[in-house]
Amino acid sequence: MTVGAPEIGYALTVIGFALALWGAGAAVLGARGGRPALVTSAERAAVGAWALVSAALVLLAYSFLTFDFSIRYVATNTNLGTPFYYRITAVWGALEGSIILWAWMLGLYTFIVVRRYRRRQPALYPWVLAVMLSVLAFFLLVMTVPAPPFQRLDPVPADGRGLNPLLEDSGMITHPVALYLGFTGFTVPFAFAVAALITGRVGDFWITTTRRWTILAWYFLSLGLLIGGWWSYHVLGWGGYWAWDPVENAAFMPWLTATAFLHSVMIQERRRMLKLWNLTLIILTFSLTLFGTFLTRSGIIGSVHAFTQGSIGIFFLVFLSLVMLGAFSLLAWRLERLRGQSELDSIFSRESAFLLNNLFLIAAAFTVFFGTVFPLLSEAIKGQKVSVGAPFFNLVNIPIFLALIFLMGVGPLIAWRRASAENLRRNFLMPVVIGVAGAALCRALGVGNLIVLCCMGLVAFVAATIALDFWRAARARRRTGDGWLDATWGLALRQNRRYGGFIVHLGILVVALGVAGSQAWSTQTEATINRGASVELAGYTIRFDDLQPVEESNHFKVVGTFTVSDRRGPYTVLTPAKKFYPQEQTPIAAVDYRLGFMEDLYLVLGDFARDGSHATIKVQINRMVSWLWIGGLILTLGAALAIVPEPRRTATRSRPEHAVVA
Amino acid sequence: MSTRALRWAIPLAVVPVLVLLAYGFRTDPHAIPTPLLGKPASPFTLTAFDGKPISLEALRGKVVVLNFWASWCVPACYDEAPSLERGWQAYRDRGVVLIGINIQDKEEPARRFLAQFNHTFPNAPDPLGRVSVDYGVYGVPETFFIDRKGQVRFKQIGAITDEIMKQQVEKLLAEPA
Repeated sequence: MTVGAPEIGYALTVIGFALALWGAGAAVLGARGGRPALVTSAERAAVGAWALVSAALVLLAYSFLTFDFSIRYVATNTNLGTPFYYRITAVWGALEGSIILWAWMLGLYTFIVVRRYRRRQPALYPWVLAVMLSVLAFFLLVMTVPAPPFQRLDPVPADGRGLNPLLEDSGMITHPVALYLGFTGFTVPFAFAVAALITGRVGDFWITTTRRWTILAWYFLSLGLLIGGWWSYHVLGWGGYWAWDPVENAAFMPWLTATAFLHSVMIQERRRMLKLWNLTLIILTFSLTLFGTFLTRSGIIGSVHAFTQGSIGIFFLVFLSLVMLGAFSLLAWRLERLRGQSELDSIFSRESAFLLNNLFLIAAAFTVFFGTVFPLLSEAIKGQKVSVGAPFFNLVNIPIFLALIFLMGVGPLIAWRRASAENLRRNFLMPVVIGVAGAALCRALGVGNLIVLCCMGLVAFVAATIALDFWRAARARRRTGDGWLDATWGLALRQNRRYGGFIVHLGILVVALGVAGSQAWSTQTEATINRGASVELAGYTIRFDDLQPVEESNHFKVVGTFTVSDRRGPYTVLTPAKKFYPQEQTPIAAVDYRLGFMEDLYLVLGDFARDGSHATIKVQINRMVSWLWIGGLILTLGAALAIVPEPRRTATRSRPEHAVVA
Repeated sequence: MSTRALRWAIPLAVVPVLVLLAYGFRTDPHAIPTPLLGKPASPFTLTAFDGKPISLEALRGKVVVLNFWASWCVPACYDEAPSLERGWQAYRDRGVVLIGINIQDKEEPARRFLAQFNHTFPNAPDPLGRVSVDYGVYGVPETFFIDRKGQVRFKQIGAITDEIMKQQVEKLLAEPA
C-alpha cells in the first residue's frame, strides 16, 4: 500500500474523530462523577482534535497548491490552469472541503471555550465541552465516512477537472468563511443552553455568558448572507442579489430565529420572563444551521448551487433528529423550572413590542421553511413536485418585514411594563410626524408604489426614533460639561450594547431602502445590435465597439467592448464577456458593471456572431443596490460596538477577584 | 395544556418535520429521464482519432454502446475507463461495437487519456458538439445502449461498471436481430 498525502490526511481525520469522541465521553463522565481528571483529559482531546483538523486543512491546502491529483477531491476541484487564489478557495469549494472548514472552525470555537471558561464556569463547563465535542465528533465522522476529503484517486490523472467556474470569484474567499463562522458560532450558545438544561441551572446565567457569542455568530451570519448576495449579484449575471433559492433560505432561517433570540434574551435579563422561549429559540437556531447543511448537501431539494450528494444526507438527518429530539426532551424534562416569574403587564410595553418582534420573526422563519420544503410536501401529499417561487416568499414576507421595521422603532424607546400616554407622546409623536412627512415627500417626488412608500415612511420613522433617543442622551451628557464629540463617544462606549444595537438597526434600515429601491426602480433592456451601433436606456447610450477572443489559463473567453456615455458625455468603457470552460456545457457570462451610489450600470453579454458583426447585450440599471453593501458596513460597525466588553462593569466585577488574590 | 402533556408534546412536535425530510430521500430531483428510450438513435458520422470514419448507420444489426467522455472529467471517466476496455475485449467478437465519443475536449489531453488506459475501441472527437446535442448529453460520462434495430434502449448517467455493461449488453444480445 502506498502512503502519501491521501493516507496521511485520512489518518489525521480518523484520529481526530476518535479524540473528539473520547473527549465528549470523558467530559460527560467527568461531569457526572465530578472527576476533574476526566474533564482535563477531555480538554486535551479537544485541543488535540483541533490541532489534527488544522493539520488536515493545511495538508489539503498544500495538496491544492502543489496539484496533488492523487487526492480525489483535489483532482475534482482544480486543474493545472486554476489560478493560485482559487486553488486556496477550492479547498472549501465543494462538499468535502466545506465540511473540513466547518470542523476546523468548530474546533477553533471549542478551543476558545476551553481557554475562556475552564476556570470561570466549573458547573456548566464540562457539559458545554461535551456538547461541543459531540458536534465536532459528528462532523469528523462525516469527514471519515460519507464525505472524506482525503481519498486516493487511482490511477492519478494527468490533470484535474477544475473548480466550478462560478466559484472563481473573490467573494468565495469570504462568503463561506463568514457564513460558516456564523453557523458554527451558534454551537456555543446552544452548548451552554443544553448544559444549563442538564444541570438545571436554567437561570439567566447561560444567557449572559453567551451574549457576545450570539452577537458574533449573528454578525458573521449576516455578513455571510450579504456577501452571498454580492456574489450572486456580480457573478451570476441576472442582476439580482436574492432569489429565495433553497440554499439562501437555508442560511436565512437561522438568521431569523437568531435575530428573535437576540431580542428575547433582553426580556429575560430584565424581567425574568421567557426562559422556555429563549431555550426553544436557541435550539431551533442551532437545529436550523444543521438543517441548512442537510438541505444543501443531501440533495433532497434541487437548487442552483446545491452540493453533490451521497449518503451524507442520511448522516445529517440522523444527527439532526438526535439534536432536536434530545434537546427538546431535555427542555420538556425541565419544564417546571422554566416557568416565568413575571407576567405581561400591558400591551403597550417594551416586553410586548419585543414579543411581537419575536412573533413576526418566527412567522417569517416558518413561511421560509414552509416554502423551502413545499416541493417535498406537495409530492408527499399530491404526488407532484410543485415549487413555490419568489412571488410566494415576497407576498408573505413583505408585510412581515414592514411590521418588523415598525417594531424596530417602537421597541427600544417604549417604556418597560406599561407605557403611559405621556411616554408614548414624548417618544413617538415626533418620529410618527417625520415618518408620515417622509412618506408624503416621497409621494410628492413621484414614488407611486405603495409598498415602497410604506417602507420609506417606516424607515424615516425608525431613523427619527434613533436620532431622538441619541440626541436626548447626548444632551444629558453635555450638561455634565462634555462637548458633543466627547458626549457621543462616551455614550457609545458607556452604553455600547444599546448604541451598538441602534447602529445595527441603522444598517438594517439602509439595507431595507436598498431592497425597496432596487425592486421598485431598476430597469433593463435587451437588444441585438450591430458593431458600431448603440442601445439607449435611462439616459445612457451604450455603443458596441468590438468583440475579441482571449485565451486564459483555464478557459477561453470572448470579450465585448462597449463604450458608455451618459447625458454629460463619455462615461466609461465596459467589457462584459462570455467564458467557455471545457468542463462546462454552457458558457458562463462574466458581467461588467459600474457601481454607483444611486444606480449601477450592469452589462451582460448574450449571443454574438462569430465574426463579431453583431451581439446581444442586456443592459440593466439597478438602482440603490449599493445601499445593501453600505448597510452591511454600518452593521459591521454596530456589531463591533455591541461586542466590546462594557468597561465599567468589567471593572467593578474584577475588583473583588483582585481582592481575593491579594 | 398540562405539564404532563406538554412533556410529550414538545419533543413529539419535531417528529413530523423529520419524517417529511426522511421522505425526501425517496426522490431524486436530479434524475432526468431521457425521452430517447425506445426511439431510433440519431445517426452520425465522425472521424476517429486514428483517422478512420465511424458511422452509426453502418453498424445496424449490431449492438452499439456509445460512451460520451472527456479527459477533464475527473474522477468518473477515469473510474469507468478500465471497465470500458474490459467490456470491449469481452464482447467485440460477439457482434458488439463500443464507440467512445470525446466531447468538449482538446485533442492532446484526449489522446493522452486514451493512451493511459490503452483503449483499443474506436474513439472519435465530436468537434462541433452535434452528436452530444442530438443525444441530449447533460454531463460526462453518459453511456447509451443501442439495440440491433438501432433503437436507444438504456442510458447510464455517470460511470459505468462491469456489471451494468454485462447486464445491458447481454440483454440486447439475447434479442433476435
